Amino acid sequence: MDVEILARIQFAFTIAFHYIYPPLSIGLGLLLVVFEGLYLKTGNKMYEQITRFWIKIFALIFGIGVATGIIMEFEFGTNWATYSKYVGDIFGSALAAEGIFAFALESGFLGILIFGWNRVSSKVHFFSTVMVFLGSMFSAIWIVVANSWQQTPAGYHIVGSGMEARAEITDFWAMVFNPSSVDRLIHVWIAAFLAGIFLVLSVNAWYILKGKHLEIAKPSFKIALVAATVFSLLQLFAGHRSADVVYKHQPAKLAALEGHYDSMAVADMFLLGYVDNKNQKVTGIKIPGGLSFLTQFDFKKPVKGLNAFKPDERPSQVNTIFQFYHIMIGIGMFMIALTLYASWLAFKNKLFEKRWLMWVFVWAVLGPQIANQTGWFAAEMGRQPWVVYGLLKTSDALSKTVTANQVVFSLILFTVVYMLLLVLFLYLLNKKIQHGPVDYGTKEDIDEGSKRDNPILDHSNGQNAAPAH
Amino acid sequence: METFLGLDYNVWWYLVFGAVISGYAILDGFDLGAGALHLLLNKELSRRIALNAIGPVWDGNEVWLVIGGGALFAGFPVAYAAIFSAFYVPFMIFLVGLIFRGVAIEFRSKEPGLLWRKTWDIVYCVASIIISLSLGLMLGNVALGISLNEQKEFNGDWLSFFNFFSIMVAITTLALFMMHGAIYLVMKTENRLYTKLYILARQFIIFFVLSFVITTLYTLLYVPHLGDFFREHPTSFIIPVLMVLAIANIPRQLKIGKYRYAFISSSVTISLLLIMVALEVFPYLLYSRTNPDNSITIQNAAASAKTMKILLIIALIGTPLVATYTSFVFWTFKGKVKLDETSY
Ligand code: HDD
Ligand code: HEM
Ligand code: HEM
Repeated sequence: MDVEILARIQFAFTIAFHYIYPPLSIGLGLLLVVFEGLYLKTGNKMYEQITRFWIKIFALIFGIGVATGIIMEFEFGTNWATYSKYVGDIFGSALAAEGIFAFALESGFLGILIFGWNRVSSKVHFFSTVMVFLGSMFSAIWIVVANSWQQTPAGYHIVGSGMEARAEITDFWAMVFNPSSVDRLIHVWIAAFLAGIFLVLSVNAWYILKGKHLEIAKPSFKIALVAATVFSLLQLFAGHRSADVVYKHQPAKLAALEGHYDSMAVADMFLLGYVDNKNQKVTGIKIPGGLSFLTQFDFKKPVKGLNAFKPDERPSQVNTIFQFYHIMIGIGMFMIALTLYASWLAFKNKLFEKRWLMWVFVWAVLGPQIANQTGWFAAEMGRQPWVVYGLLKTSDALSKTVTANQVVFSLILFTVVYMLLLVLFLYLLNKKIQHGPVDYGTKEDIDEGSKRDNPILDHSNGQNAAPAH
Repeated sequence: METFLGLDYNVWWYLVFGAVISGYAILDGFDLGAGALHLLLNKELSRRIALNAIGPVWDGNEVWLVIGGGALFAGFPVAYAAIFSAFYVPFMIFLVGLIFRGVAIEFRSKEPGLLWRKTWDIVYCVASIIISLSLGLMLGNVALGISLNEQKEFNGDWLSFFNFFSIMVAITTLALFMMHGAIYLVMKTENRLYTKLYILARQFIIFFVLSFVITTLYTLLYVPHLGDFFREHPTSFIIPVLMVLAIANIPRQLKIGKYRYAFISSSVTISLLLIMVALEVFPYLLYSRTNPDNSITIQNAAASAKTMKILLIIALIGTPLVATYTSFVFWTFKGKVKLDETSY
């Protein structure tokens, strides 16, 4: 295999793996703020337990998010040297801003969030929780801005030519608020909220099914359900706005999303389907003229199709893009239906009687995860063959000095390491969930730690004096 | 080129980048040092206390590396592209080290089993050592210069990174971090563990001084171009002199129980070392040994003046913020380690 394919696989694999965790942190962060806010407001111990339970899970998720994020930071330099030189002027400032404004805030206050419960007042702790949450929201801003600039470049000019060419900033704010960044950011934020919220729903649904920790699980579930319903609905609008931006600025991608080949014709919208790339045909269930309507509010107006673009200037894996896109939308619709139905049952006080529904919620945690991944794959593959839309081809973006062997080496290394991380993560997550949100400082908590050096027992032993054993 | 207070933007950004890198070396340096000596602590409780001494801060410390990466990418994209693609293999190993260091700290406390904890202790220690060594190795090669072609891309063999000079720099870095980490732990512990760390700290000081002297002698004899700056600017000898004083100050402060001053001294040692390297290399970011004309400098690698200006504004806004909450976090966890139910 050539270096380009390998480097693309490696990038896709490492970023996709990274992207399992940040959405969970962002979404859990939101709920931590809600739970701890309720605790502060009501003084109810139950909210304290909920908060402290989810802080532990947050710490685990965050740890892996950080470990895998560091790789991403440097992968542009290692694998995409030419790209880095080309966009460094623009992209770098977003990444630097992310480090200073987002990560420093997040990881600084993380220490207090996790270890500070007994050290600072409850107000200061709440403040730290809010800061960690804001930090994670900020990190999404800068990275999505950088990515959106690649999708819809603005505020730059090209200096030099050939191998020496590069984009330089002419207008910082135009670069930041490029045509797609705001809409995509909102879409990504909501998607992240949903990822965290559905994790909380899933865990609590499971407790309810097992009849465990009911006094905590039921209220948590209800709070999360409200958030899930609101954000599932909002996501539909946010997604529509994103589609509109794609229509205006990346017509070739839009055509690929629906498998629309005719260069200028009325475009249908598919609910399900299959694209035959060779014969340029789509079979499936469709709303005739749907895409035309969605983009121009008229079922009869034509939309530019793939054939309007040169073959080497449009994405080639149309079926894959089509499928990923439709999986995302299907999951979005499913989540709307699910949360509305559950809210209605909750309203009638019948929510927790339906065991099958609770089982659906246990598994629904996968929904946002899959939609997040397929959404990014559709967006990024739809951008091909460009790495910077309309400006730089992916095939020109590589590091010239890196050999296929080196990429294979690091790819294998990361695959092995990441699989190990995933297994350990799931094992520990499961253990934490099984253990549940027990009272802190009670017997169960003591059982969790090693008896010999239990922190709570050590308190009475005098600090840090290594006990003789 | 536009200037600010008489220095052009590129030099300013070089200074910012240098400050971030020494911030990283000082802050994550003690985490890495604590990790590298972890297995020398035998008791489970000692290990836990040592881990919790860095527990609330290590992640924040690591962010300085992320900021440094961003700062290099933004200000000197050509250097960012060249350095990381050239050091591909050592850098990947470094990154995997970082992954394992982070998760080992996180995972260790999650299971009470002896085998589980022992395994993560080993992973944590080995990863910290590998990170320190590979950082030093890359620093050594940057100081020495590598082979670059006209496109300013690396065209040598990565096995050449394992030369004597760079290996010595790697060992010196490890020794430096171990000394630094041990002093930090001395500051954070009490009683028997404290006594043990005190002895270790003194041993690491000797380890560091020895490897530093060997590296310096080797440099003077075999890599003379690295001394040019000091030969041309004799006043700059004040820096090595200050460094010797800072090192000498460490055992003195330890002896009279002023751990914080000892820690400050070893932080100063780290900055002065990096300043020395920076002065020797300046204005190169990456020197081409094969053909100096192909070298990457802070001028030919720089982003546009506009970007530099934006970056400096970002730094001006960001630095006070980061400084404020970093101090707040360190202040919250000041004093000796106290374990409670939130600890690792
Ligand atoms: C700011 C930059 C940036 C950001 C935030 C993302 N990506 Fe991306 N992505 C790139 C910058 C990029 C890139 C460097 O531009 C790549 C490398 C090769 C390419 O064509 O574009 C790319 C490629 C790329 C590919 C391969 C496409 C192909 O080769 O056909 C996939 C599947 C993803 N990305 C997935 C993701 C996911 C799941 C993300 C969510 C976190 C994500 N990207 C965020
Ligand atoms: C190629 C793109 C990306 C790069 C270079 C990158 C880089 C990083 C780095 C270096 C870290 C660790 C920071 C630390 O040490 O604290 C990190 C963590 C994080 N990243 Fe990414 N990241 C990328 C994509 C994304 C995306 C798309 C999002 C969100 C929409 C995101 C959100 C986060 C968050 C919230 C964290 C904190 C850790 C966590 O919550 O899991 N990142 N990322
Ligand atoms: C409900 C209907 C939805 C619609 C109409 C929709 C629409 C879109 C469109 C058009 C894009 C491509 C944007 C671009 O390339 O610039 C996109 C990307 C994406 N979608 Fe959705 N989406 C929906 C639901 C969801 C859901 C439920 C999730 C996750 C929980 C999600 C997560 C994502 C992500 C992570 C991306 C990639 C980031 C981006 O490009 O903005 N989407 N979506």
